[in-house]
Amino acid sequence: MADQHAISTPAHPSSFTQNPVQRFLIATEVDTRLLGMIGALAIIWVGFNIFSGGLFLTPRNLWNLSVQTASVAVMVTGMVLVIVTRNIDLSVGSILGVVGMVMGIMQTQILPVQLGLGLGHPLIWVLSLLVGLLVGVGIGGLQGAIIAYLRVPAFIVTLGGYLVWRGAAWWVTMGRTVAPMDPTFQLIGGGPAGSIGFTWSWLVAAAACCAIGLGLYLGRRQRRRFNFPQRPLWAELSLAILGCGATIGAVWVANAYPWPVRIAANYAEANGIPVPEGGLFISHGIAIPVLIALGVGLAMSFLSKRTRFGRYVYAMGGNPEAAELAGINTRWVTVKIFMLMGGLCAIAAAISSARLNAATNALGTLDELYVIAAAVIGGTSLAGGVGTIAGALLGAVVMQSLQSGMVLMGLDSPLQSIVVGAVLVFAVWLDTLYRRNKQ
Amino acid sequence: MLESSTPLVEMTDISIAFGGIKAVDHASISLRPGEVVGLLGHNGAGKSTLIKILSGAYKRDAGDIRINGEPAVINNPRDAKAYGIETIYQQLAVADNVDAAANLFLGREMVTPLGTLDDAAMESRAREVMGRLNPNFRRFKEPVKALSGGQRQSVAIARAILFNARILIMDEPTAALGPQETAQVGELIKQLKADGIGIFLISHDIHDVFDLADRVVVMKNGQVVGQARTKDVTKDEVLGMIIMGKVPPGAQPGPGAIVG
Repeated sequence: MADQHAISTPAHPSSFTQNPVQRFLIATEVDTRLLGMIGALAIIWVGFNIFSGGLFLTPRNLWNLSVQTASVAVMVTGMVLVIVTRNIDLSVGSILGVVGMVMGIMQTQILPVQLGLGLGHPLIWVLSLLVGLLVGVGIGGLQGAIIAYLRVPAFIVTLGGYLVWRGAAWWVTMGRTVAPMDPTFQLIGGGPAGSIGFTWSWLVAAAACCAIGLGLYLGRRQRRRFNFPQRPLWAELSLAILGCGATIGAVWVANAYPWPVRIAANYAEANGIPVPEGGLFISHGIAIPVLIALGVGLAMSFLSKRTRFGRYVYAMGGNPEAAELAGINTRWVTVKIFMLMGGLCAIAAAISSARLNAATNALGTLDELYVIAAAVIGGTSLAGGVGTIAGALLGAVVMQSLQSGMVLMGLDSPLQSIVVGAVLVFAVWLDTLYRRNKQ
Repeated sequence: MLESSTPLVEMTDISIAFGGIKAVDHASISLRPGEVVGLLGHNGAGKSTLIKILSGAYKRDAGDIRINGEPAVINNPRDAKAYGIETIYQQLAVADNVDAAANLFLGREMVTPLGTLDDAAMESRAREVMGRLNPNFRRFKEPVKALSGGQRQSVAIARAILFNARILIMDEPTAALGPQETAQVGELIKQLKADGIGIFLISHDIHDVFDLADRVVVMKNGQVVGQARTKDVTKDEVLGMIIMGKVPPGAQPGPGAIVG
């Protein structure tokens, strides 16, 4: 057998099926579950577009949708790892609240007044963000240590954290709202200024397309090195075309949404640009919070798939005892997961508070439930061991699409909650069916 | 001939208690290079507990462990691995949701110069080792959950030999296997023995180990009843040791032996 392998590269499994759809799916090696989710999302989008009278699939709404998703999207990438290791984190919304408060106080009082940097100093946003990250990671580390070393169940520790950190957020300013944020810090929240504009958006798209091509090429080279079956060339090409097409489409949509007329006019006046007939068209481009969320998603995907840490996370979720016996320091890995979760909450806090241009003690209320729901809709199993970052991000988009779609349709708030809750249960039921059939 | 060399493992007067129950009571056991020692006894006799102390899963209350004549400190499974002790557990300790290669390298992954996982290299090594052990194994890409009991066991054994274990502990290695796979494991044990690896075979079924072992040690109620070279005793005599604690003339009595 070994000799045969040495002589010729084995055939790819896709060459054994006749059905073209099946053949395409096997040849491209795409995750059919993820494909199903994209299909579901497409149905939701088209459905809302019809029922809202064509308001949903507009550049304006899709751009807003992307910005609204960013905060939950950042947190859900960490929640996947938490849930994969059979833990839960109910405190993310409260951590977001307290970290948002801390960052607000840093940039409105401590840095400019008490440390005398003065308002608008260029270091303020960096230092505030840094302190926020430290607080987030610290809170996560503390909770993780209690869970891992003192063996208190994660549900209890983070339920306690839910109350403690929400209370702390209130206590920091005795309930006062902190505003306004530092002008540079505000860019993290999006808006016309917090978007990267037409040219940069296309540059990002170009870089992403190059990365897709390079990734496919490197994967192919690696397989050749070890004589593994190769994907057929046409399958690689279709993957490249699909990936680049999606990227270009998304950037095209982001660039098709112009600045509001008044802001564009002010900008033109300030910069001495003549305003043409019918108003000035300045593209938003990709919003900075969306870029942050995408970057976090990529980094977390990389972490979960390509590093030892990620491998340990999944092994611990599959069989904690086996992981321990294999010599993995499971407790320390648990602490690291919660530290990561805390750090991601801090990033989400920056996005939320910058978008609101204020830190309030209600910031992030109910976020823990949206984050957990997004992870679960995205295919993360509460039984542990199963879940992907990409799926969870899609789950976050599905959740946000439902909400903003219902707003566009003019549905009442109570009805919105009822629908979201029902969809969550329905999605998990569908997933259970899918997994059962697969076995 | 084997008695002259330094023992690979020497566990002396080991005791451990859970609550008020003495699971292992002043048990001593040794293993030499290239030797297969069968550790026998009923369920609950303390054999798995004794061996889990060696593999670092439990911490002993009293007693000494020497590896190659040197006192050894074993507080957790990582320490044990550092001494070249690999364990194949009764309950098939594999992570169900990751593939065979990931399981083989769990805790000791191969990485690229950038520090990322080198999955292709690991899969290639896995194919090599599994090819030697179980040439029919093909399902490298699937989670271990999807494999049969025998295939999972071969993954567990491959994991041990992949890292050049010097001391191999097999806890009921064939309990989950069919006859053909059991024979395969038997062949493999002979192969490993020839390489100078010391093996502890733990079982409650004498037929599993008698033909493979050079020596048997019998435990009952946490104590060592006695030990014997398999060529000096018969299966029935060993059975008598397991069931009644009666030590035959060809065997060396231990603290748990019934006098008379």
